[in-house]
Amino acid sequence: MTETSATPLIELRGINKSFGPVHVLRDVDFTAYAGQVTALVGDNGAGKSTLTKCIGGIHGSDSGVYLFDGSEVTVNGPRDAAALGIEIVYQDLALCDNLDIVQNMFLGREKMSGIVLDEVTMEHLAAETLASLSVRTVKSVRQHVASLSGGQRQTVAIAKAVLWNSRVVVLDEPTAALGVAQTRQVLDLVRRLADKGLAVVLISHNLNEVFEVADRIAVLYLGQMAADVAVKDVRHNQVVELITTGRADGVPSAVRAEQASTGVEL
Amino acid sequence: MSTETQPAASSEGPVTAAAAAMTRPPSVRSYFTDYFDKVRGGDIGALPAILGLIVLGVVFGSLRSTFIGAGNFANLLTQGASIAVIAMGLVFVMLLGEIDLSAGFASGVCASVLAILLSPKHNVSLPVALAAALATGLAIGLLLGTLVARVGIPSFVVTLAAFLAFQGIVLIIVGEGGVVTINDDVIKGIANDNMAPALGWALWAVSIIAYAALLIRRAASRRAKGLTAEPIPVVAARIGALAAITGAAVFILNQERAINRNITSLKGVPYVVPLIVVLLVVLTFVLNRTSYGRHIYAVGGNAEAARRAGINVKWIRTSVFVIGSTMAAIGGIIAASRASSVDPNAGGGNTLLYAVGAAVIGGTSLFGGKGKVRDAILGAAVVAVIANGMGLLGYKSGVQFIVTGLVLLIAASVDALSRRRSAATGKI
Repeated sequence: MTETSATPLIELRGINKSFGPVHVLRDVDFTAYAGQVTALVGDNGAGKSTLTKCIGGIHGSDSGVYLFDGSEVTVNGPRDAAALGIEIVYQDLALCDNLDIVQNMFLGREKMSGIVLDEVTMEHLAAETLASLSVRTVKSVRQHVASLSGGQRQTVAIAKAVLWNSRVVVLDEPTAALGVAQTRQVLDLVRRLADKGLAVVLISHNLNEVFEVADRIAVLYLGQMAADVAVKDVRHNQVVELITTGRADGVPSAVRAEQASTGVEL
Repeated sequence: MSTETQPAASSEGPVTAAAAAMTRPPSVRSYFTDYFDKVRGGDIGALPAILGLIVLGVVFGSLRSTFIGAGNFANLLTQGASIAVIAMGLVFVMLLGEIDLSAGFASGVCASVLAILLSPKHNVSLPVALAAALATGLAIGLLLGTLVARVGIPSFVVTLAAFLAFQGIVLIIVGEGGVVTINDDVIKGIANDNMAPALGWALWAVSIIAYAALLIRRAASRRAKGLTAEPIPVVAARIGALAAITGAAVFILNQERAINRNITSLKGVPYVVPLIVVLLVVLTFVLNRTSYGRHIYAVGGNAEAARRAGINVKWIRTSVFVIGSTMAAIGGIIAASRASSVDPNAGGGNTLLYAVGAAVIGGTSLFGGKGKVRDAILGAAVVAVIANGMGLLGYKSGVQFIVTGLVLLIAASVDALSRRRSAATGKI
């Protein structure tokens, strides 16, 4: 694996997940480190979404160990994950168009004073969070989300995830629907999240992006972890090969041998 | 978006760097520019209803001088009151993009429960009878809401079935061809009695002071945190406008409006007015200031996002039907009070359609996610003014129905068009 010596913030070991007869994840190991962007790549159906949902607690895994900050945890639902500080930004963002930025960021977790919504505190915190992410593209935090561009919506969704002092943010194809300039903004934001000390997991199909912002690349191939390498140790075409065939010359394989359950280190 | 970059000069208070990045210095001008931007972008809110009221008032007022008399004004209020209350409940249902077609007859059922319990046959005390009527509304809402939210039947079908069934229930309770008269003075007084003029002014003053205190406190607490607040002239204008309009209404209602003053004196604000104001304030508070209200908007805007945010969508969906039917119960009681009786057609006829029309005309979207309690009252005013004014002009009810139908159609088109415009400009 990589030479990172620190304890990974999230470490999954030997995760298996089946839906009926379909074995979607096979003995998958996955790690994400604080202060790093870990890219999770793979072809359609490789198991990226399932792995994401296991991290976020939407699916429980059939077997395997979930370590958070070095200690074993059980994550039985999104609330458990949120309690650990794991936030997932899904592709469809899940924002309410008819609410403004502040209302969306605090949705379901509103700050109250008594039985009354504490709008002032919420607006203040929302503005602060956006400012801490150096977001300058939003005119007012009281804008309705409907009036925002795709990039701004993505920004709001990410800021919503960061608001809760989260330690891990999983981004599911954050730039898939964005134009060039907006992609730029979001990628800068992704980098800033990692520089703030969060563990960022970036799911993407765009390898140029991955090579630009990621520190490590984990490649899923047909439900198995084909490789888990530092970006500087691989080249673009090797990753393409890993995604399409599951192996590439000169890249250490992370696939566990079916018989032996120990990780293969080369 | 029309983002004019303005110098980041902070007006007052400790403006943090964070907030300064997100806010612009408030000024009266920018406030109005923002408002016009909003309207141009399709967020018209209650504007059509207000303009419609002004136009209707001018037209009817110039054609019939009695229209603007004190007597007719009081009539208008009591005519529109039960529609307004039912519509206020419907706003909650419609915020989720649902519909309650049974609200009219639900009001009839609750009113007949009240009337039959108060009748000599049962002779139940007033508080018990009132509680029973409201509980009936609550139970109806719970049933409808459960069928929609948990069983998953479209609200259109559930409430259409309820519409038919409740019609039958009213008929059975009241008895075919029968009329249950209400002799209780308190119930009769809701829509028929007036407050003493001095009490009317006192309540008016208290309300205006409370409103002013609320606005000023809100602006102050926002400024203290370094957030943009409404500019002081705008706050003053809001308070002034409300004070002027409601003051004029109280003044008119306090005029003597008895036809023969020697027999009886008729002046003061009808008791139904403070009742509606209280309902308006309470429901607006629930919708705007509590997390429950916030969650209603969220579910109406994007149910999936709400679900992922941990909001109990099914419960929210059930609860709005409970509010809708309970408000219908109150509306039914007001209608029964005005008629001093309940007949087998209570809540029937055009009650429901007027109520739905009122909510839509006021600016509540049929597509969910957009609407205010206030809309119901403005819309009900439009509906009542049309019925009342055209009645004064001597038009047959056939023509009145056609005109009201057309107005509803116009309101729904405005809603649909403003949605299209919002989709184009990205404003809600």
